Amino acid sequence: MSDRTNLDDVTAKLLERAAPGRTQFEDLVVVPVFAVIAALFLGALTMLATGVDLPTIGRSFIALGVGSFGSLNAISETLTAAAPLTLAGLGLAVGFRTGLFNIGAEGQIVVGGLAAVIVGFSLPGLPFAVLMPLCLLAGALVGAAYASIAGGLRAATGAHEVISTIMLNLISFRLLDYMLRRPWVQKIGRDDPISKSVPENAELPKLLDWIDPNLRVHAGIFLVLIAVFVVYWLLFRSKIGFEFRASGANPDAARYAGMHSKLIIVAAMATAGALAGLAGANQVLGVLGRATPGFSSGIGFDAIALALLGRSHPVGVLLAGLLFGALEAGGRQMQVDAGVSIDLIGIIQALIIVFIAAPLLVRAIFPWGFRKPVNKAGGRS
Amino acid sequence: MKHLRSNLIATTVAAAVTLGAAATASAFTACQVTDTGGIDDNSFNQTAWKGVQDAEAQLGIDGRFLESQAETDYEANINSLLGECDIILTIGFLLGDATQTAAEANPDQKFSIVDFAYDPTIPNVLGQVYATDQAAFLAGYLAAGMSETGILGTFGGINIPPVTIFMDGFHAGAMYYNEQKSADVQVLGWNPESREGLFTNNFESLDDGRAFAQNLYDEGADIVLPVAGPVGLGSAALADELGTDALKIIGVDADLYLTDPEKGHVYLTSIMKNMDSTVFQVIQSAKDGTFEGGVIVGTLESGGVGLAPYHDMDAIVSDELKAEIDAIKAGIIDGSIKVGM
Repeated sequence: MSDRTNLDDVTAKLLERAAPGRTQFEDLVVVPVFAVIAALFLGALTMLATGVDLPTIGRSFIALGVGSFGSLNAISETLTAAAPLTLAGLGLAVGFRTGLFNIGAEGQIVVGGLAAVIVGFSLPGLPFAVLMPLCLLAGALVGAAYASIAGGLRAATGAHEVISTIMLNLISFRLLDYMLRRPWVQKIGRDDPISKSVPENAELPKLLDWIDPNLRVHAGIFLVLIAVFVVYWLLFRSKIGFEFRASGANPDAARYAGMHSKLIIVAAMATAGALAGLAGANQVLGVLGRATPGFSSGIGFDAIALALLGRSHPVGVLLAGLLFGALEAGGRQMQVDAGVSIDLIGIIQALIIVFIAAPLLVRAIFPWGFRKPVNKAGGRS
Repeated sequence: MKHLRSNLIATTVAAAVTLGAAATASAFTACQVTDTGGIDDNSFNQTAWKGVQDAEAQLGIDGRFLESQAETDYEANINSLLGECDIILTIGFLLGDATQTAAEANPDQKFSIVDFAYDPTIPNVLGQVYATDQAAFLAGYLAAGMSETGILGTFGGINIPPVTIFMDGFHAGAMYYNEQKSADVQVLGWNPESREGLFTNNFESLDDGRAFAQNLYDEGADIVLPVAGPVGLGSAALADELGTDALKIIGVDADLYLTDPEKGHVYLTSIMKNMDSTVFQVIQSAKDGTFEGGVIVGTLESGGVGLAPYHDMDAIVSDELKAEIDAIKAGIIDGSIKVGM
């Protein structure tokens, strides 16, 4: 028995040296999994409390699974919903790592998407290989510039980014309303605020429309994978990323070490804005094909939860994005199959975040899912 | 203890899942996709859903609905119903493009859309549109006759034809009153020539409904027509607080006295767009096989649009005004009064 404990000790130490510790694995994967289970259970209780009967609850959970991963269409919908969320979430993660609580992803999505649309329909003659990347670039640049306003205000005057990004969100909504009614933006023949459609050359191509034209998944998912890789490299392998993280962990120490704190704030906000702008471009070039009021549809706010859920780690954000995408696609199926209100999905999402934000609570509910502290007699249970 | 609890959880979920597998099937299914206003908007999604419910009760069909949370949902929501439903009803002008895309990609699926007429028509889509300006004309005349301040207000959700047609009719009705009575009643919030006016740019925010009504009230309006679905409930809340002597509201789509009973007393009347009856007709035609693509138009004559009863306000509307409204209604139906410009 004691030999076994010693062995466990040694393995644990070795593992800790070789790779990110087991605790990190538990935080990144095990806690979210159990949080989801607990949230689904509480969701079921909520449904019971609102008078939904057990068979319907069972049917709705089956629908949640089937609607998110149960068919090609379901997977396509999950990925379609996950793409913009993940992109925006990655941007927020960069901010969080730098100690910036950026609430402005929504506004950055709006201006980024708008810029992508305008570039798209303004240059319809360009070939796909030029126009599509150009639109994405426009989205990223304008998103970055917009976020830099908040970053610059913070660096120059100390104005808190929470306040300034919220205000910039509101400005972006009205700016969108205004722009969509300019004659050179507005769709011809329409009185309502709706932009011209982007030409096919600017669209992110659909990946599976040769199987079924209703499959919406598009090349944006590659953009997401590239972004995950780039953000990982940026945060953990590059000098500027180290500076981001150092400023986030202790701004005073970072400044003392000779880092340009003001520059770092602006750079981190710009990176976050570029990713959010890409998320906006992804929506208009991949899903909608044009801009309308409200095309951002709260993605920037969901992405905050998502970045927290993924512990501001690029891979964690990707997994959280898939989870949120799955909840969105599955939630739709819940409505179709079981007639359960879409609001319930919102409740379950919120519950998941509550549980993830309280890992100790999850550990207390599911003690057998986690490794016990190794120094206790008897090793793991 | 903790193990026991966890096991209990697992068992309950498993039981629920097993029970749930026994799904029910029915002969005919009609599915409704709402816009972002939601199924319980006290307004047009809800009215259309009532048509589905009537069909459930009288024709024995199965009804289902999907609520859209965002514009990105429209296409996905329609797609997730393909093949599941005998007819898919999409509610609202904003679903026009998504419905067209889906209908052209799936020519065997029957669709019907409220508030959108395709030109040229699509063989598997029946558009339901309404000559709402006819009923709104009556409301405009009524409001002009009732106003103490001589100023009426209106605002819309989004500047799209099914919204502005209310405002056009309302404006025209008030102008007709001015013409007949040599009065000078003004309508704030909509200019039918420039096609510009007050718009909240959403169909969700009750706060906006309150703020816009407050602005109009501050400008002297004592009767306000909010054409923005549930947004108007915010205006009704303001009228409730100010008192109906200071501010009255005209409802849209449904008879809001009935669908919003808590604030029912603030509604002078409602401009009804009887989508429930056209939705019902469409479902019936799909069920008995007479469904055809095209357009149906609801008018005062067909009962597709109309003015709701005055309910609590009945006592303060003079008999003379009531008689004039009836005469105008007859005039619109026989064509002697033109509501359009």
